[in-house]
Amino acid sequence: MADLRFAPAPIPASAGIGLRHAHVPDFLAERPAAGWIEVHSENYLVPLGPAGGGPRLQALETLRRDYPVSCHGVGLSLGSADGLDPAHLRRLADLYRRIQPGLVSEHLAWSVADGTYLNDLLPLPYTEEALQTVARNVDRAQEAFGRQILVENPSSYIAFPGADMPEWDFLAELVRRTGCGLLLDVNNIHVSAHNHGFDPDPYLDALPLDAVGEIHVAGHFIHETPAETLLIDDHGSPVSDAVWALLARTLARAGRRPVLVEWDTELPPLSVLMGEREKAESLLLAWSGTEPETRHVA
Amino acid sequence: MLRELQAAFRTGILDDRPDAALALIGGAPDTAARRLALYRNNTLGSLAIALAAAFPVVERLVGPDFFRAAARRFVAEAPPQAPQLLAYGGDFPAFLDGFQPARSLPYLGDVARLEWARNEAWFAGEAARLTAADLASVPPDRLAARVLTLHPAVRLVASTFPIDRIWRVNQPEHETVARVDLAAGGETVLVYRAAGGAVVQETLSPGGHALVAALADGQTLGQAAEAAVMAEPGLDLQARLAGLIAGGCFAAD
Repeated sequence: MADLRFAPAPIPASAGIGLRHAHVPDFLAERPAAGWIEVHSENYLVPLGPAGGGPRLQALETLRRDYPVSCHGVGLSLGSADGLDPAHLRRLADLYRRIQPGLVSEHLAWSVADGTYLNDLLPLPYTEEALQTVARNVDRAQEAFGRQILVENPSSYIAFPGADMPEWDFLAELVRRTGCGLLLDVNNIHVSAHNHGFDPDPYLDALPLDAVGEIHVAGHFIHETPAETLLIDDHGSPVSDAVWALLARTLARAGRRPVLVEWDTELPPLSVLMGEREKAESLLLAWSGTEPETRHVA
Repeated sequence: MLRELQAAFRTGILDDRPDAALALIGGAPDTAARRLALYRNNTLGSLAIALAAAFPVVERLVGPDFFRAAARRFVAEAPPQAPQLLAYGGDFPAFLDGFQPARSLPYLGDVARLEWARNEAWFAGEAARLTAADLASVPPDRLAARVLTLHPAVRLVASTFPIDRIWRVNQPEHETVARVDLAAGGETVLVYRAAGGAVVQETLSPGGHALVAALADGQTLGQAAEAAVMAEPGLDLQARLAGLIAGGCFAAD
């Protein structure tokens, strides 16, 4: 039975931030203007008793009352050949029933093999076999959650030989087969385009942009070795100019969408992250010419 | 094919036996090895960071470099079995007990147990708490037969080392180097979550320890009181019980 304590709060086409634990006390105290917030689902998988779930979950419920909340899963492992872990699927379904997030998303990647969780978003070979596996897992997740999920394009450092299709066709076909939406991570496109030597613009053109329910931007690290320069998706610095420019081109093609700024390592003060959010908000304004539906909380 | 690829990556990342994964990646061997190593470092490094967040005092006691090395060894030996990192690390104290490079710090495992107990207390579910008035409403002749259920966040950590003192002098706000006399004897620490949400710890006397341990074991209040006074004849039983109730250490029925 659905938990009806929360009114529906869809994610608006404005700029939000990925909220991490270290920022939660400041965020709760200041209640800054942010269109919406996103949390990592796995950080809130605490024992869900009938009378609560501990202070961490209570903080999320407090936030959920004042902001639209999106839940971003990092561990479901949609690419696992072994299928989804039923216990994890149930834990996530319980959390979503309780929080009623505006959006739920996962990654085009895998993290679980032989029952071991590797805590990284590992790359998939873009084969028909992998597509069937991911589609089956997405179907299963959407059924368990009773809703559509968004699937995020990955950043990667390895592209397997013997692929049947490029990443963009893989994503487009996944949308067609499962009815899932896309979470378009513009930084990931930039990172992978550099690492694998493709052009980001045809990537965008090949995707069904109508299916994009959310966009991510974040900082990356430029890893220079004598042999090569790789871009590492570490979410540990301001968004680069190239990624802001790619975001602008994405919005020009797709129209206004919810945009999220993520920052996960070398966390700066909350005000720095809010400054990045302002930049995203101005880009959204520039491409729409109208006031975004930012929710200002008293 | 996909299953084989994922098994090969798992082995390449956790066991540092990369050959099968490298064969699947193909291309220039140097490039493939460098890029697989990125994933290996991400996995082991991120899990070591997750452990450091759960065991900050252990990290302070051994230093960040030593901690990272120990954590990476633990991760390779006992990787998480579920994508729920809040529940990962419960076996780290036992791993530290047997970790030879740390044998000069015999208290390390018990300090880690205390940190894990605090972690569990923070994430435990909530439950309505027993009040003094609840207990006062029980007829006196029925009190001894009463069973008190501990609140889900209560934990008990007993050690032959002064783990509470070691923990306190290694908090971030404690800037001066403090000496803890290891020969001063062991400490039993009660960990619980106050009604406001803060995790609290206090040391228990032998009688307090016996009382909480007996109640945790499901014994009646009468049996627990007897065990407590046996362990510590001078114990002020009423004050001890009142303190536990005031801390919200029991669940209401």
